[in-house]
Amino acid sequence: MVDVAIIGVGLHPFGRFGPKSAIDMGADAIRAALADAGVQWADVQFAFGGSFEVDNPDAVTSRLGLTGIPFMDVYNGCATAATALSLTADAIRSGQYDLGVAVGMDKHEPGAFTSDPVDYAAPPWYGEIGHFLTTKFFAMKINRYMHDHGISDRTLARVAAKNYRNGVLNPNAFRRKPISEDDILASRMLNYPLTQYMFCSPDEGAAAVVLCRADIAHRYTSTPVYLRASTVRTRRFGAFEVHASWAAVEQDAAPTVYASKAAYEQAGIGPDDVDVIQLQDTDAGAEVIHMAENGFCADGDQEQLLADGATEIGGPLPVNTDGGLIANGEPIGASGLRQVHELVLQLRGQAGERQVPGNPRVGYAQLYGAPGTAGVSIVSL
Amino acid sequence: MAQIAFAPDVFTWPADEPRLIGGRCTSCGTVTFPVWPSCARCGSTEVEQHLLPRRGTLWTFTTQEFLPKEPYAGGETAETFRPYGIGLVQLDDEVRVEARLTESDPATLRIGMEMELVVVPFRTDDDGTEVMVYAFAPVEGS
Ligand SMILES: [Zn+2]
Repeated sequence: MVDVAIIGVGLHPFGRFGPKSAIDMGADAIRAALADAGVQWADVQFAFGGSFEVDNPDAVTSRLGLTGIPFMDVYNGCATAATALSLTADAIRSGQYDLGVAVGMDKHEPGAFTSDPVDYAAPPWYGEIGHFLTTKFFAMKINRYMHDHGISDRTLARVAAKNYRNGVLNPNAFRRKPISEDDILASRMLNYPLTQYMFCSPDEGAAAVVLCRADIAHRYTSTPVYLRASTVRTRRFGAFEVHASWAAVEQDAAPTVYASKAAYEQAGIGPDDVDVIQLQDTDAGAEVIHMAENGFCADGDQEQLLADGATEIGGPLPVNTDGGLIANGEPIGASGLRQVHELVLQLRGQAGERQVPGNPRVGYAQLYGAPGTAGVSIVSL
Repeated sequence: MAQIAFAPDVFTWPADEPRLIGGRCTSCGTVTFPVWPSCARCGSTEVEQHLLPRRGTLWTFTTQEFLPKEPYAGGETAETFRPYGIGLVQLDDEVRVEARLTESDPATLRIGMEMELVVVPFRTDDDGTEVMVYAFAPVEGS
């Protein structure tokens, strides 16, 4: 099978941009990725576009040039961007194309997402009685996890404070002000034990990646970053998942665990080989849990690791070096490609003030969202 | 004052000792809440109604401290909204059910505590009808 390389990455900043449309942000992200790769839109043979709010991300072609290429639109919850990336890579691996683009874009209203619970296979009354909230699921999951594994509120605050600090160093981030652990703990309780500043918020933005066959990557760049694995998994029976009126007593691991194992296997590496990590931090608790679900530590070790600063940019396990979702917000379709954008900059040594020291060579990104879907990507020099 | 269940076929009502109406797969025995159209474990479409135990233990919980968006139909405004508890209660070894809790102060809730099913007012309609919902209350002395 053909190997796949990332030769260009582009990002439209995340935040709030008035009347600017998601399509225009997507076009900006693609232009930036093409310029980074040194290729023209006319060279792009196909694309996958992901979005929650935009029905047809392929409308971006009207901004870039109507070249007639196959452009497939995907939506897969919080794993949308991982899905777009995975499908783009698979199309190249299969030998069907040499060069393509994966793009994600979104523009959400402020406040928690809402839709019809029936579309998540939940009972029709699930929302009417006040159960249809992703935030309360994350709170219930971390509350049980803290009980089982001895994680404190302070650790949750440390995660959020770190991500805000990293956001200060990232000119593309939504939140660029440091917030102290005490202020995070003292902010409004939304869903016990999670306070307002422990959550990310929906916002706006776009990200794009140019991929090609690995054997032609050197035509475009001296530092191709290889996509070593890209996996997507849904929940198994027994996983405790979002938007469910019941859960089984018989327990199985979360979909992230399966996506992660498959990705390590595909890449032929293990968690010890990873130098830079991007995890889905919908809330501070999710980052704590995902550290273990992705194999970076044992359950409960997070308490000491966070106290020691292990997940800081200069630590042995740098997590969410660009501020993650907590500092960037979550334009759903773009979020996972923002993670890949950050990993590529880190591996190239182009991450500026937030550069991980020691010439990182392997990057890891994980997404998770409703109704129990996870995506993992592994990249390396 | 008239009291009605918020939805049919979710709990037995009226009843002195209401029960949640779950489903049970006749092929693999998996228990669900409410009755599921088909089995989430094995895919069988042969599911039967199965009344769930009234008591269980609190497996996890949180609080809902902001007014949910639509389709929430509690009838409150941001001013009148009162936080509510929500949790997962394990009923014997059958199933874990997500439900409102009668307590909304985390200090009164403890993972592992014994809980019992109750039916409580959820909303009062303009004509005075009380719309009732299932919830779990801590068992006294647990
Ligand atoms: Zn079954």
